[in-house]
Amino acid sequence: MIASLNRISAMLLRYLYLHKRSVPRTFEIIFWPVMELFVWGFVTMYIQRVAGGDISRIIVFLINAMIFWDVLYRAQQSVSISIIEEIWTQNIVNLLISPLRIWEWMAATFIYGFVKTSLITIILGFLAFSLYKFNLVSADGLYLIPMVFNLLLFGWAVGVFTAGLIIRWGHAAEALIWGVPFLLQPISAIFYPLSVLPPWVRVISRCIPSTYVFEGMRAVIATGTMPSDYFFISFGLNIFYFILGGLFFYWMYRMAHVAGRLGRLGMD
Amino acid sequence: MLIQTKELCKNYNGMLALDRLNLHLRQGEILGLLGPNGAGKTTAIHILLGLLTASSGEVSVLGMSPLRDRHRIASRINFSSAYTNLPTNLKVKETLSIYAKLYGIKNAKQKIAQLLDMFEVGHLRDRIYGALSSGEKTRLNLVKSFLNDPELLLLDEPTASLDPEVADRVRKILKGIQKERNLGIIYTSHNMPEVEEMCDRIIFINKGQTIAQGTAGEIKATFNSKTLDQVFIKIVRGDLVSKEEAPS
Repeated sequence: MIASLNRISAMLLRYLYLHKRSVPRTFEIIFWPVMELFVWGFVTMYIQRVAGGDISRIIVFLINAMIFWDVLYRAQQSVSISIIEEIWTQNIVNLLISPLRIWEWMAATFIYGFVKTSLITIILGFLAFSLYKFNLVSADGLYLIPMVFNLLLFGWAVGVFTAGLIIRWGHAAEALIWGVPFLLQPISAIFYPLSVLPPWVRVISRCIPSTYVFEGMRAVIATGTMPSDYFFISFGLNIFYFILGGLFFYWMYRMAHVAGRLGRLGMD
Repeated sequence: MLIQTKELCKNYNGMLALDRLNLHLRQGEILGLLGPNGAGKTTAIHILLGLLTASSGEVSVLGMSPLRDRHRIASRINFSSAYTNLPTNLKVKETLSIYAKLYGIKNAKQKIAQLLDMFEVGHLRDRIYGALSSGEKTRLNLVKSFLNDPELLLLDEPTASLDPEVADRVRKILKGIQKERNLGIIYTSHNMPEVEEMCDRIIFINKGQTIAQGTAGEIKATFNSKTLDQVFIKIVRGDLVSKEEAPS
Protein backbone atom coordinates (compact mmCIF):
# COMPACT_ATOMS: atom_id res chain seq x y z
CA MET A 1 0.00 0.00 0.00
CA ILE A 2 2.84 2.39 0.86
CA ALA A 3 4.47 1.55 -2.46
CA SER A 4 1.19 2.36 -4.24
CA LEU A 5 0.89 5.69 -2.42
CA ASN A 6 4.47 6.48 -3.41
CA ARG A 7 3.73 5.81 -7.06
CA ILE A 8 0.53 7.88 -6.92
CA SER A 9 2.50 10.73 -5.35
CA ALA A 10 5.14 10.33 -8.09
CA MET A 11 2.46 10.96 -10.72
CA LEU A 12 1.09 13.91 -8.75
CA LEU A 13 4.60 15.29 -8.65
CA ARG A 14 4.71 14.87 -12.42
CA TYR A 15 1.53 17.02 -12.79
CA LEU A 16 2.83 19.60 -10.35
CA TYR A 17 6.08 19.94 -12.32
CA LEU A 18 4.09 20.12 -15.54
CA HIS A 19 2.25 23.21 -14.30
CA LYS A 20 5.36 24.65 -12.74
CA ARG A 21 7.18 24.44 -16.06
CA SER A 22 4.31 25.53 -18.29
CA VAL A 23 2.72 28.93 -17.73
CA PRO A 24 0.24 28.46 -20.64
CA ARG A 25 -0.85 25.12 -19.12
CA THR A 26 -1.45 26.70 -15.74
CA PHE A 27 -3.11 29.72 -17.28
CA GLU A 28 -5.36 27.44 -19.34
CA ILE A 29 -6.89 25.98 -16.15
CA ILE A 30 -8.56 29.26 -15.30
CA PHE A 31 -8.72 30.99 -18.69
CA TRP A 32 -11.70 29.16 -20.26
CA PRO A 33 -13.88 28.96 -17.15
CA VAL A 34 -13.33 32.66 -16.46
CA MET A 35 -14.13 33.58 -20.07
CA GLU A 36 -17.30 31.47 -19.89
CA LEU A 37 -18.27 33.15 -16.66
CA PHE A 38 -17.85 36.58 -18.25
CA VAL A 39 -19.95 35.63 -21.27
CA TRP A 40 -22.75 34.00 -19.27
CA GLY A 41 -22.69 36.73 -16.68
CA PHE A 42 -23.05 39.52 -19.19
CA VAL A 43 -25.64 37.60 -21.22
CA THR A 44 -27.80 37.19 -18.12
CA MET A 45 -27.37 40.88 -17.24
CA TYR A 46 -28.51 41.77 -20.75
CA ILE A 47 -31.52 39.44 -20.50
CA GLN A 48 -32.44 41.05 -17.21
CA ARG A 49 -32.32 44.51 -18.75
CA VAL A 50 -34.33 43.53 -21.84
CA ALA A 51 -36.89 41.35 -20.08
CA GLY A 52 -37.35 43.58 -17.11
CA GLY A 53 -39.04 42.36 -13.93
CA ASP A 54 -37.47 40.00 -11.45
CA ILE A 55 -35.56 37.32 -13.27
CA SER A 56 -32.77 37.16 -10.74
CA ARG A 57 -33.50 33.48 -10.18
CA ILE A 58 -32.76 32.74 -13.86
CA ILE A 59 -29.43 34.49 -13.51
CA VAL A 60 -28.61 32.38 -10.50
CA PHE A 61 -29.61 29.23 -12.42
CA LEU A 62 -27.40 30.08 -15.37
CA ILE A 63 -24.28 31.10 -13.47
CA ASN A 64 -24.63 28.15 -11.13
CA ALA A 65 -25.09 25.78 -14.06
CA MET A 66 -22.04 27.17 -15.80
CA ILE A 67 -19.86 26.67 -12.70
CA PHE A 68 -21.19 23.15 -12.12
CA TRP A 69 -20.75 22.17 -15.76
CA ASP A 70 -17.12 23.15 -15.45
CA VAL A 71 -16.70 20.74 -12.52
CA LEU A 72 -17.81 17.83 -14.70
CA TYR A 73 -15.83 18.97 -17.72
CA ARG A 74 -12.56 19.54 -15.81
CA ALA A 75 -12.84 16.22 -13.96
CA GLN A 76 -13.17 14.38 -17.27
CA GLN A 77 -10.36 16.39 -18.85
CA SER A 78 -7.96 15.77 -15.99
CA VAL A 79 -8.14 12.01 -16.60
CA SER A 80 -8.03 11.98 -20.39
CA ILE A 81 -5.53 14.81 -20.90
CA SER A 82 -3.16 13.22 -18.38
CA ILE A 83 -3.12 10.08 -20.55
CA ILE A 84 -2.79 11.87 -23.90
CA GLU A 85 -0.05 14.10 -22.45
CA GLU A 86 2.16 11.00 -22.05
CA ILE A 87 1.42 10.05 -25.66
CA TRP A 88 2.26 13.54 -26.91
CA THR A 89 5.61 13.42 -25.14
CA GLN A 90 6.29 9.77 -26.11
CA ASN A 91 6.74 8.95 -22.43
CA ILE A 92 3.88 6.50 -22.16
CA VAL A 93 5.92 3.34 -22.81
CA ASN A 94 8.28 4.29 -19.99
CA LEU A 95 5.27 4.52 -17.64
CA LEU A 96 3.66 1.32 -18.89
CA ILE A 97 6.81 -0.71 -18.26
CA SER A 98 7.39 0.86 -14.84
CA PRO A 99 5.92 -0.61 -11.62
CA LEU A 100 3.08 1.95 -11.88
CA ARG A 101 -0.28 0.16 -11.95
CA ILE A 102 -3.10 1.46 -14.10
CA TRP A 103 -5.37 2.03 -11.08
CA GLU A 104 -2.61 4.03 -9.37
CA TRP A 105 -2.27 6.20 -12.46
CA MET A 106 -6.04 6.71 -12.58
CA ALA A 107 -6.13 7.54 -8.86
CA ALA A 108 -3.45 10.19 -9.44
CA THR A 109 -5.49 11.72 -12.26
CA PHE A 110 -8.61 11.77 -10.02
CA ILE A 111 -6.74 13.61 -7.27
CA TYR A 112 -5.23 15.96 -9.85
CA GLY A 113 -8.74 16.61 -11.23
CA PHE A 114 -10.13 17.18 -7.75
CA VAL A 115 -7.46 19.78 -6.94
CA LYS A 116 -7.88 21.52 -10.28
CA THR A 117 -11.67 21.54 -10.05
CA SER A 118 -11.66 22.84 -6.47
CA LEU A 119 -9.31 25.62 -7.47
CA ILE A 120 -11.46 26.63 -10.44
CA THR A 121 -14.68 26.48 -8.44
CA ILE A 122 -13.22 28.76 -5.76
CA ILE A 123 -11.95 31.22 -8.37
CA LEU A 124 -15.26 31.22 -10.27
CA GLY A 125 -17.25 31.55 -7.05
CA PHE A 126 -15.13 34.53 -6.06
CA LEU A 127 -15.41 36.18 -9.49
CA ALA A 128 -19.16 35.56 -9.72
CA PHE A 129 -19.59 37.23 -6.37
CA SER A 130 -17.36 40.18 -7.28
CA LEU A 131 -18.88 40.79 -10.71
CA TYR A 132 -22.49 39.71 -10.45
CA LYS A 133 -23.11 39.60 -6.69
CA PHE A 134 -23.74 35.89 -7.09
CA ASN A 135 -23.03 33.91 -3.92
CA LEU A 136 -22.44 30.26 -4.81
CA VAL A 137 -22.43 29.12 -1.19
CA SER A 138 -25.65 30.88 -0.21
CA ALA A 139 -27.34 29.73 -3.44
CA ASP A 140 -26.60 26.05 -2.86
CA GLY A 141 -25.64 25.96 0.80
CA LEU A 142 -24.46 22.59 2.06
CA TYR A 143 -26.02 20.87 -0.96
CA LEU A 144 -23.02 22.14 -2.89
CA ILE A 145 -20.86 19.33 -1.51
CA PRO A 146 -22.94 16.28 -2.61
CA MET A 147 -23.69 17.94 -5.95
CA VAL A 148 -20.01 18.61 -6.69
CA PHE A 149 -19.13 15.11 -5.47
CA ASN A 150 -21.60 13.55 -7.93
CA LEU A 151 -20.34 15.70 -10.80
CA LEU A 152 -16.75 14.78 -10.00
CA LEU A 153 -17.65 11.09 -9.99
CA PHE A 154 -19.41 11.34 -13.34
CA GLY A 155 -16.56 13.41 -14.82
CA TRP A 156 -14.08 10.75 -13.74
CA ALA A 157 -16.25 7.95 -15.14
CA VAL A 158 -16.45 9.73 -18.51
CA GLY A 159 -12.70 10.42 -18.25
CA VAL A 160 -11.94 6.73 -17.73
CA PHE A 161 -14.12 5.92 -20.75
CA THR A 162 -12.27 8.42 -22.98
CA ALA A 163 -8.94 7.18 -21.57
CA GLY A 164 -9.93 3.72 -22.84
CA LEU A 165 -10.49 5.14 -26.31
CA ILE A 166 -7.09 6.85 -26.18
CA ILE A 167 -5.28 3.70 -25.04
CA ARG A 168 -6.88 1.74 -27.87
CA TRP A 169 -6.61 4.29 -30.70
CA GLY A 170 -3.94 6.76 -29.54
CA HIS A 171 -3.84 10.08 -31.39
CA ALA A 172 -6.81 9.08 -33.54
CA ALA A 173 -9.08 9.36 -30.48
CA GLU A 174 -7.70 12.75 -29.46
CA ALA A 175 -10.68 14.79 -30.69
CA LEU A 176 -13.00 12.72 -28.47
CA ILE A 177 -11.34 14.09 -25.33
CA TRP A 178 -12.97 17.43 -26.00
CA GLY A 179 -15.99 16.08 -27.85
CA VAL A 180 -17.40 13.47 -25.47
CA PRO A 181 -18.43 15.87 -22.66
CA PHE A 182 -20.28 18.04 -25.16
CA LEU A 183 -22.33 15.03 -26.24
CA LEU A 184 -23.61 14.98 -22.66
CA GLN A 185 -24.23 18.71 -22.36
CA PRO A 186 -27.55 19.01 -24.24
CA ILE A 187 -29.07 15.94 -22.58
CA SER A 188 -27.94 16.76 -19.04
CA ALA A 189 -30.47 19.60 -18.73
CA ILE A 190 -27.74 21.95 -17.59
CA PHE A 191 -29.01 25.37 -18.63
CA TYR A 192 -32.71 24.51 -18.82
CA PRO A 193 -35.08 22.22 -16.93
CA LEU A 194 -35.60 18.63 -18.01
CA SER A 195 -39.22 19.46 -18.89
CA VAL A 196 -38.00 21.63 -21.80
CA LEU A 197 -36.60 18.58 -23.60
CA PRO A 198 -38.73 16.45 -25.96
CA PRO A 199 -40.15 13.37 -24.20
CA TRP A 200 -37.85 10.88 -25.98
CA VAL A 201 -34.75 12.90 -25.05
CA ARG A 202 -35.97 13.01 -21.44
CA VAL A 203 -35.83 9.22 -21.36
CA ILE A 204 -32.11 9.38 -22.26
CA SER A 205 -31.51 12.30 -19.90
CA ARG A 206 -32.90 10.32 -16.98
CA CYS A 207 -30.13 7.76 -17.51
CA ILE A 208 -27.44 10.43 -17.05
CA PRO A 209 -26.29 11.19 -13.46
CA SER A 210 -25.56 14.85 -14.19
CA THR A 211 -29.22 15.47 -15.09
CA TYR A 212 -30.21 14.85 -11.45
CA VAL A 213 -27.48 17.17 -10.20
CA PHE A 214 -28.67 20.04 -12.37
CA GLU A 215 -32.33 19.35 -11.62
CA GLY A 216 -31.39 19.21 -7.95
CA MET A 217 -29.49 22.47 -8.24
CA ARG A 218 -32.58 24.19 -9.64
CA ALA A 219 -34.71 22.68 -6.87
CA VAL A 220 -32.28 24.02 -4.25
CA ILE A 221 -32.38 27.51 -5.72
CA ALA A 222 -36.17 27.47 -6.17
CA THR A 223 -37.21 25.85 -2.89
CA GLY A 224 -34.13 25.89 -0.66
CA THR A 225 -34.11 22.10 -0.38
CA MET A 226 -32.90 19.35 -2.64
CA PRO A 227 -35.03 16.23 -2.99
CA SER A 228 -32.76 13.53 -1.57
CA ASP A 229 -33.77 11.07 -4.29
CA TYR A 230 -31.95 13.29 -6.82
CA PHE A 231 -28.72 12.74 -4.93
CA PHE A 232 -29.19 8.99 -4.50
CA ILE A 233 -30.29 8.33 -8.10
CA SER A 234 -27.33 10.36 -9.37
CA PHE A 235 -24.95 8.57 -7.01
CA GLY A 236 -26.32 5.13 -7.98
CA LEU A 237 -25.99 5.92 -11.69
CA ASN A 238 -22.48 7.23 -11.07
CA ILE A 239 -21.43 3.95 -9.47
CA PHE A 240 -22.89 2.11 -12.45
CA TYR A 241 -21.09 4.34 -14.99
CA PHE A 242 -17.88 4.23 -12.98
CA ILE A 243 -17.84 0.44 -13.09
CA LEU A 244 -18.86 0.50 -16.76
CA GLY A 245 -16.09 3.01 -17.56
CA GLY A 246 -13.54 0.85 -15.72
CA LEU A 247 -14.65 -2.29 -17.57
CA PHE A 248 -14.58 -0.44 -20.88
CA PHE A 249 -11.05 0.81 -20.15
CA TYR A 250 -9.92 -2.70 -19.22
CA TRP A 251 -11.45 -4.09 -22.42
CA MET A 252 -9.70 -1.43 -24.54
CA TYR A 253 -6.43 -2.02 -22.68
CA ARG A 254 -6.63 -5.77 -23.36
CA MET A 255 -7.41 -5.11 -27.03
CA ALA A 256 -4.44 -2.73 -27.29
CA HIS A 257 -2.32 -5.39 -25.58
CA VAL A 258 -3.26 -8.04 -28.12
CA ALA A 259 -3.10 -5.70 -31.13
CA GLY A 260 0.36 -4.41 -30.18
CA ARG A 261 -0.87 -0.82 -29.75
CA LEU A 262 0.53 -0.24 -26.26
CA GLY A 263 4.18 -0.28 -27.27
CA ARG A 264 3.48 1.95 -30.25
CA LEU A 265 1.48 4.64 -28.47
CA GLY A 266 3.00 8.00 -29.27
CA MET A 267 4.92 6.69 -32.24
CA ASP A 268 2.22 7.09 -34.87
CA MET B 1 18.10 -17.97 -16.81
CA LEU B 2 16.88 -14.38 -17.15
CA ILE B 3 14.80 -14.93 -20.26
CA GLN B 4 13.51 -18.06 -21.89
CA THR B 5 11.09 -18.27 -24.80
CA LYS B 6 9.82 -21.45 -26.41
CA GLU B 7 8.19 -21.51 -29.84
CA LEU B 8 7.01 -17.93 -29.31
CA CYS B 9 4.61 -16.72 -32.01
CA LYS B 10 2.79 -13.47 -32.63
CA ASN B 11 0.15 -13.21 -35.26
CA TYR B 12 -1.35 -9.86 -36.27
CA ASN B 13 -4.54 -10.59 -38.20
CA GLY B 14 -2.97 -13.39 -40.21
CA MET B 15 0.47 -11.79 -40.51
CA LEU B 16 3.08 -13.75 -38.60
CA ALA B 17 5.33 -11.18 -36.90
CA LEU B 18 7.13 -13.79 -34.80
CA ASP B 19 7.41 -17.39 -35.87
CA ARG B 20 8.50 -19.92 -33.21
CA LEU B 21 11.16 -17.77 -31.56
CA ASN B 22 13.35 -19.69 -29.14
CA LEU B 23 15.75 -17.57 -27.20
CA HIS B 24 17.38 -17.55 -23.84
CA LEU B 25 19.47 -15.06 -21.95
CA ARG B 26 21.74 -15.91 -19.08
CA GLN B 27 22.87 -13.60 -16.32
CA GLY B 28 25.89 -11.50 -17.34
CA GLU B 29 25.24 -12.04 -21.03
CA ILE B 30 24.50 -9.57 -23.83
CA LEU B 31 22.30 -11.00 -26.53
CA GLY B 32 22.04 -9.11 -29.81
CA LEU B 33 18.65 -9.30 -31.48
CA LEU B 34 19.23 -8.40 -35.09
CA GLY B 35 17.19 -8.14 -38.22
CA PRO B 36 15.90 -5.67 -40.79
CA ASN B 37 13.02 -3.29 -40.10
CA GLY B 38 9.86 -5.31 -39.55
CA ALA B 39 11.79 -8.47 -38.71
CA GLY B 40 10.02 -8.91 -35.37
CA LYS B 41 12.62 -7.48 -32.97
CA THR B 42 10.30 -4.88 -31.46
CA THR B 43 7.49 -7.42 -31.25
CA ALA B 44 9.78 -9.74 -29.27
CA ILE B 45 10.89 -6.92 -26.96
CA HIS B 46 7.32 -5.79 -26.36
CA ILE B 47 6.30 -9.34 -25.41
CA LEU B 48 9.23 -9.52 -22.98
CA LEU B 49 8.23 -6.16 -21.48
CA GLY B 50 4.64 -7.30 -21.00
CA LEU B 51 3.31 -4.73 -23.48
CA LEU B 52 2.07 -7.32 -25.92
CA THR B 53 0.30 -10.67 -25.70
CA ALA B 54 1.93 -13.52 -27.62
CA SER B 55 -0.35 -15.61 -29.84
CA SER B 56 1.23 -18.89 -28.75
CA GLY B 57 4.36 -20.31 -27.17
CA GLU B 58 5.93 -19.77 -23.78
CA VAL B 59 7.80 -16.82 -22.36
CA SER B 60 9.47 -16.43 -19.01
CA VAL B 61 11.24 -13.32 -17.70
CA LEU B 62 13.14 -13.72 -14.42
CA GLY B 63 11.23 -17.00 -14.06
CA MET B 64 7.85 -15.26 -14.27
CA SER B 65 5.21 -14.52 -16.86
CA PRO B 66 5.47 -10.97 -18.26
CA LEU B 67 1.68 -10.88 -18.49
CA ARG B 68 0.60 -12.29 -15.15
CA ASP B 69 3.54 -10.99 -13.09
CA ARG B 70 4.20 -7.73 -14.91
CA HIS B 71 4.36 -5.65 -11.75
CA ARG B 72 6.75 -7.99 -9.96
CA ILE B 73 9.01 -8.06 -13.01
CA ALA B 74 8.77 -4.30 -13.68
CA SER B 75 10.78 -3.29 -10.63
CA ARG B 76 13.64 -5.64 -11.61
CA ILE B 77 14.02 -4.82 -15.29
CA ASN B 78 14.23 -1.69 -17.40
CA PHE B 79 14.12 -0.53 -20.97
CA SER B 80 15.61 2.21 -23.09
CA SER B 81 14.90 3.01 -26.67
CA ALA B 82 15.93 5.68 -29.12
CA TYR B 83 12.24 5.92 -29.98
CA THR B 84 10.82 6.82 -26.59
CA ASN B 85 11.19 10.06 -24.68
CA LEU B 86 10.97 11.28 -21.15
CA PRO B 87 8.52 14.15 -20.39
CA THR B 88 9.70 16.92 -22.68
CA ASN B 89 8.63 19.94 -20.62
CA LEU B 90 10.26 18.99 -17.33
CA LYS B 91 13.76 19.53 -16.02
CA VAL B 92 16.02 16.50 -16.15
CA LYS B 93 16.30 16.28 -12.37
CA GLU B 94 12.52 16.50 -12.01
CA THR B 95 11.87 13.73 -14.49
CA LEU B 96 14.46 11.46 -12.92
CA SER B 97 13.09 12.11 -9.43
CA ILE B 98 9.61 11.10 -10.64
CA TYR B 99 10.96 7.84 -12.05
CA ALA B 100 13.01 7.22 -8.91
CA LYS B 101 9.76 7.52 -6.93
CA LEU B 102 7.92 5.24 -9.33
CA TYR B 103 10.61 2.60 -8.91
CA GLY B 104 10.76 3.13 -5.14
CA ILE B 105 14.44 4.10 -5.13
CA LYS B 106 15.98 4.94 -1.78
CA ASN B 107 18.54 7.75 -1.67
CA ALA B 108 17.17 8.89 -5.02
CA LYS B 109 19.11 12.17 -5.17
CA GLN B 110 22.41 10.40 -4.64
CA LYS B 111 21.54 7.69 -7.15
CA ILE B 112 20.50 10.21 -9.80
CA ALA B 113 23.67 12.27 -9.31
CA GLN B 114 25.81 9.14 -9.54
CA LEU B 115 24.17 7.96 -12.78
CA LEU B 116 24.23 11.41 -14.36
CA ASP B 117 27.96 11.57 -13.71
CA MET B 118 28.46 8.02 -14.96
CA PHE B 119 26.85 8.90 -18.31
CA GLU B 120 28.66 12.26 -18.33
CA VAL B 121 25.45 14.30 -18.36
CA GLY B 122 25.60 15.78 -14.85
CA HIS B 123 25.67 19.29 -16.33
CA LEU B 124 22.18 18.74 -17.79
CA ARG B 125 20.36 18.20 -14.50
CA ASP B 126 18.75 21.67 -14.51
CA ARG B 127 17.98 21.73 -18.22
CA ILE B 128 14.56 21.07 -19.79
CA TYR B 129 14.62 17.61 -21.36
CA GLY B 130 12.80 18.71 -24.54
CA ALA B 131 15.47 21.31 -25.28
CA LEU B 132 18.31 18.79 -25.33
CA SER B 133 20.00 17.23 -28.35
CA SER B 134 18.94 13.72 -29.32
CA GLY B 135 22.31 12.41 -28.14
CA GLU B 136 21.81 13.94 -24.71
CA LYS B 137 18.26 12.60 -24.55
CA THR B 138 19.49 9.11 -25.39
CA ARG B 139 22.00 9.21 -22.54
CA LEU B 140 19.31 10.45 -20.15
CA ASN B 141 17.03 7.61 -21.24
CA LEU B 142 19.86 5.28 -20.28
CA VAL B 143 20.20 7.02 -16.91
CA LYS B 144 16.47 6.38 -16.34
CA SER B 145 16.92 2.73 -17.29
CA PHE B 146 19.64 2.22 -14.64
CA LEU B 147 17.76 3.95 -11.80
CA ASN B 148 16.39 0.71 -10.34
CA ASP B 149 19.65 -1.29 -10.69
CA PRO B 150 17.94 -3.68 -13.11
CA GLU B 151 18.91 -7.33 -13.35
CA LEU B 152 17.79 -7.30 -16.94
CA LEU B 153 17.94 -4.49 -19.45
CA LEU B 154 16.27 -4.30 -22.84
CA LEU B 155 17.96 -1.79 -25.10
CA ASP B 156 16.32 -0.95 -28.41
CA GLU B 157 18.89 0.78 -30.63
CA PRO B 158 20.31 2.67 -27.65
CA THR B 159 22.98 4.49 -29.66
CA ALA B 160 20.90 5.19 -32.78
CA SER B 161 21.05 8.97 -32.49
CA LEU B 162 24.54 9.37 -31.09
CA ASP B 163 27.59 10.60 -32.98
CA PRO B 164 30.34 7.98 -33.30
CA GLU B 165 32.45 9.45 -30.50
CA VAL B 166 29.62 9.66 -27.97
CA ALA B 167 28.29 6.26 -29.09
CA ASP B 168 31.72 4.77 -28.37
CA ARG B 169 31.76 6.32 -24.90
CA VAL B 170 28.22 5.12 -24.18
CA ARG B 171 29.10 1.59 -25.28
CA LYS B 172 32.12 1.58 -22.98
CA ILE B 173 30.00 2.81 -20.06
CA LEU B 174 27.32 0.22 -20.78
CA LYS B 175 29.88 -2.56 -21.07
CA GLY B 176 31.53 -1.41 -17.83
CA ILE B 177 28.27 -1.44 -15.86
CA GLN B 178 27.21 -4.73 -17.41
CA LYS B 179 30.47 -6.42 -16.36
CA GLU B 180 30.44 -4.88 -12.91
CA ARG B 181 26.84 -5.89 -12.16
CA ASN B 182 26.77 -9.13 -14.15
CA LEU B 183 23.77 -7.70 -15.96
CA GLY B 184 21.80 -9.46 -18.68
CA ILE B 185 21.06 -7.31 -21.73
CA ILE B 186 19.00 -7.75 -24.86
CA TYR B 187 20.45 -5.37 -27.41
CA THR B 188 19.05 -4.38 -30.79
CA SER B 189 20.97 -2.29 -33.27
CA HIS B 190 21.46 -1.83 -36.99
CA ASN B 191 25.10 -0.98 -36.40
CA MET B 192 26.86 -4.29 -37.00
CA PRO B 193 30.33 -3.35 -35.70
CA GLU B 194 28.60 -2.15 -32.52
CA VAL B 195 26.78 -5.46 -32.18
CA GLU B 196 30.04 -7.32 -32.65
CA GLU B 197 31.70 -5.19 -29.97
CA MET B 198 28.86 -5.44 -27.47
CA CYS B 199 27.16 -8.81 -27.82
CA ASP B 200 28.25 -12.22 -26.56
CA ARG B 201 25.70 -13.96 -28.74
CA ILE B 202 23.49 -12.91 -31.63
CA ILE B 203 20.13 -13.99 -32.98
CA PHE B 204 19.29 -12.95 -36.52
CA ILE B 205 15.61 -12.81 -37.30
CA ASN B 206 13.87 -11.98 -40.54
CA LYS B 207 10.12 -11.93 -41.20
CA GLY B 208 9.61 -13.31 -37.72
CA GLN B 209 11.79 -16.37 -38.27
CA THR B 210 15.10 -17.13 -36.62
CA ILE B 211 17.65 -17.30 -39.40
CA ALA B 212 20.83 -17.72 -37.39
CA GLN B 213 22.18 -17.68 -33.88
CA GLY B 214 25.57 -17.96 -32.25
CA THR B 215 28.57 -15.78 -31.57
CA ALA B 216 29.49 -13.15 -34.16
CA GLY B 217 32.45 -15.33 -35.23
CA GLU B 218 30.31 -18.44 -35.65
CA ILE B 219 27.70 -16.60 -37.68
CA LYS B 220 30.29 -15.00 -39.96
CA ALA B 221 31.95 -18.37 -40.50
CA THR B 222 28.67 -20.08 -41.30
CA PHE B 223 27.72 -17.45 -43.85
CA ASN B 224 31.20 -17.31 -45.23
CA SER B 225 31.33 -13.59 -44.62
CA LYS B 226 34.00 -11.29 -43.30
CA THR B 227 31.65 -8.94 -41.51
CA LEU B 228 28.22 -9.03 -39.88
CA ASP B 229 27.16 -6.37 -42.38
CA GLN B 230 27.68 -8.91 -45.14
CA VAL B 231 25.72 -11.52 -43.21
CA PHE B 232 22.92 -8.99 -42.68
CA ILE B 233 22.75 -8.17 -46.38
CA LYS B 234 22.80 -11.85 -47.35
CA ILE B 235 19.97 -12.62 -44.97
CA VAL B 236 17.82 -9.68 -46.00
CA ARG B 237 18.36 -10.26 -49.71
CA GLY B 238 17.63 -13.95 -49.32
CA ASP B 239 21.04 -15.06 -50.51
CA LEU B 240 20.64 -18.19 -48.42
CA VAL B 241 19.79 -21.21 -50.51
CA SER B 242 17.50 -22.51 -47.81
CA LYS B 243 16.85 -21.98 -44.17
CA GLU B 244 18.44 -25.33 -43.40
CA GLU B 245 21.80 -23.85 -44.36
CA ALA B 246 21.64 -21.54 -41.42
CA PRO B 247 23.24 -22.59 -38.18
CA SER B 248 20.88 -23.59 -35.44
